[in-house]
Amino acid sequence: MSAINDLYQELIRDHSRRPRNHRPLPEADHSAEGHNPLCGDHVTIHLKLADGIVREATFEGTGCAISTASASLMTEAIKGQTLEQAKALFRKFHNLVTGEARETSDSPNLGKLEVFSGVCQYPMRVKCATLAWHTMEVALENEAQPVTTE
Amino acid sequence: MNTMISLPKLKIPPQLEGELDIARIRADFPILQQRVHGRPLVYLDNAATTQKPRQVIEAVARYYNEDNANVHRGVHTLSMRATESYENARRTVQRFIGAEHPEEIIFTRGATEAINLVAQAYARPRLRSGDEILISAMEHHSNIVPWQMVCEQTGARLRVIPINDAGELLMDEYASLITPRTRLVAVVHLSNALGTINPLKRIIELAHARNVPVLVDAAQSAAHLPIEVNELDCDFLAFSGHKLYGPTGIGVLYGRKEILAEMPPYQGGGDMILSVRFERTIYNELPYKFEAGTPNIAGAVGLAAAIDYIERIGRENIAAYENRLLDEAIRKLSDIRELKFIGTAAERAAVLSFILEDIHPHDIGTILDGEGIAIRTGHHCAQPVMERLSVPATARASLAFYNTTEEIDVLVQGIRRVLKVLG
Repeated sequence: MSAINDLYQELIRDHSRRPRNHRPLPEADHSAEGHNPLCGDHVTIHLKLADGIVREATFEGTGCAISTASASLMTEAIKGQTLEQAKALFRKFHNLVTGEARETSDSPNLGKLEVFSGVCQYPMRVKCATLAWHTMEVALENEAQPVTTE
Repeated sequence: MNTMISLPKLKIPPQLEGELDIARIRADFPILQQRVHGRPLVYLDNAATTQKPRQVIEAVARYYNEDNANVHRGVHTLSMRATESYENARRTVQRFIGAEHPEEIIFTRGATEAINLVAQAYARPRLRSGDEILISAMEHHSNIVPWQMVCEQTGARLRVIPINDAGELLMDEYASLITPRTRLVAVVHLSNALGTINPLKRIIELAHARNVPVLVDAAQSAAHLPIEVNELDCDFLAFSGHKLYGPTGIGVLYGRKEILAEMPPYQGGGDMILSVRFERTIYNELPYKFEAGTPNIAGAVGLAAAIDYIERIGRENIAAYENRLLDEAIRKLSDIRELKFIGTAAERAAVLSFILEDIHPHDIGTILDGEGIAIRTGHHCAQPVMERLSVPATARASLAFYNTTEEIDVLVQGIRRVLKVLG
């Protein structure tokens, strides 16, 4: 019971019901499409970069509560970050949701994103939490082909 | 955390229980006696795989403990016993599906391998560019992809019988899709994604009237609906042991003897040959021609034990009970305003596919798991039918005769909890 409430925390519920930055971005200079064959979820990430900094980040597509909230919170988190910072944030986020962060005593320092710490109890849902991030990373590389979590 | 507990107390109204002693049946399934996340396990993922009664588990253990040897070659006692067990299992399957000859029963790894066998050994040598294979819009991937592969190999075309919004085949369209180019119809008996029961007799009559053979995918129906291949007059029929309370890794292809006899082997190896010389190999007779290598003997023994178990309870009793349980589940779930069934065919069995407003099925599945309820979520290996009905995924509760009305109530409460958390 409590495990379910750990997973679906209020912030996740809020961002899944009312996702932020959920829109196309005509001025985007980097975009990528991601796909999770397990749930059939599709997400497209749009980025507008200038001087090596993410000026704007939006997403389109629908998915489960975890993947939608993750995409929404990610677009907020990477805005204003350098490419290196955005990639480093993904590494830390990845360690958080896979539970690898627990094995080191370092505090994750992920701010709002720490709301996803419950995901590590649900290995089947890690892909839901990371789909938008994998897609963002591909968008930064500007690779054209769709990403899959498989 | 899985702890063994005593049987949950069952309150089954006598009018529902009918002929079956459900408490006794449940006691036969060791896996059902456990808690998941502190709640009694409610297993409603029977369309994915069914649980195994101890009679099946013990038959497999007994085979390995007492009779294990290779089949069809040794003259020693164990080999003779293993061979006898394996061939008896074949006759049990023959009787179960009403086939005329035991050699019409070919053991495979499952329904998937059975369909691939027909695609490669029956269809591939016969198909010419422009020929057509006809399947339906509600097929499982295992009755789509093998045909796409053979179409790619031969230049044949795959054609698809459309369905209506309820998930029923459009029979008029079907009739007009059978053309002089149609070489085979391959169609599912009971849809795993929607629960639709297809009108097989009519489908087969229409095809045979044009001299087109029919393959029936009975993976889902074998556990729920009576199957008599002679009465149906189908040419091929495929099913899996694990969806029929038997082990994984064993399945069956039924094929009409005259057709099987004309087909080349599917795989080469031991057991499928009469003699091997480097200049020339003579293939074995039916059914061994299609059973290359040491077969899944223990799997066949376990499958026969599962069939014996089902027949002891009575297939008609099982069907009657499951139908009442399905009606009850439909009635109770219909009370949930936010719930919409996907698949509302007039003729359906055992499968309840649904969506809850815009809550993603994976979230439904995770929250229900927290309540000890196992359901399937996703596209159910039937992406084209999901696309046709414009849903990316559904939640699916699928029933077996060991499920109870009490478990339906737990499911309804679980769905209400999902709505509370995410609605």
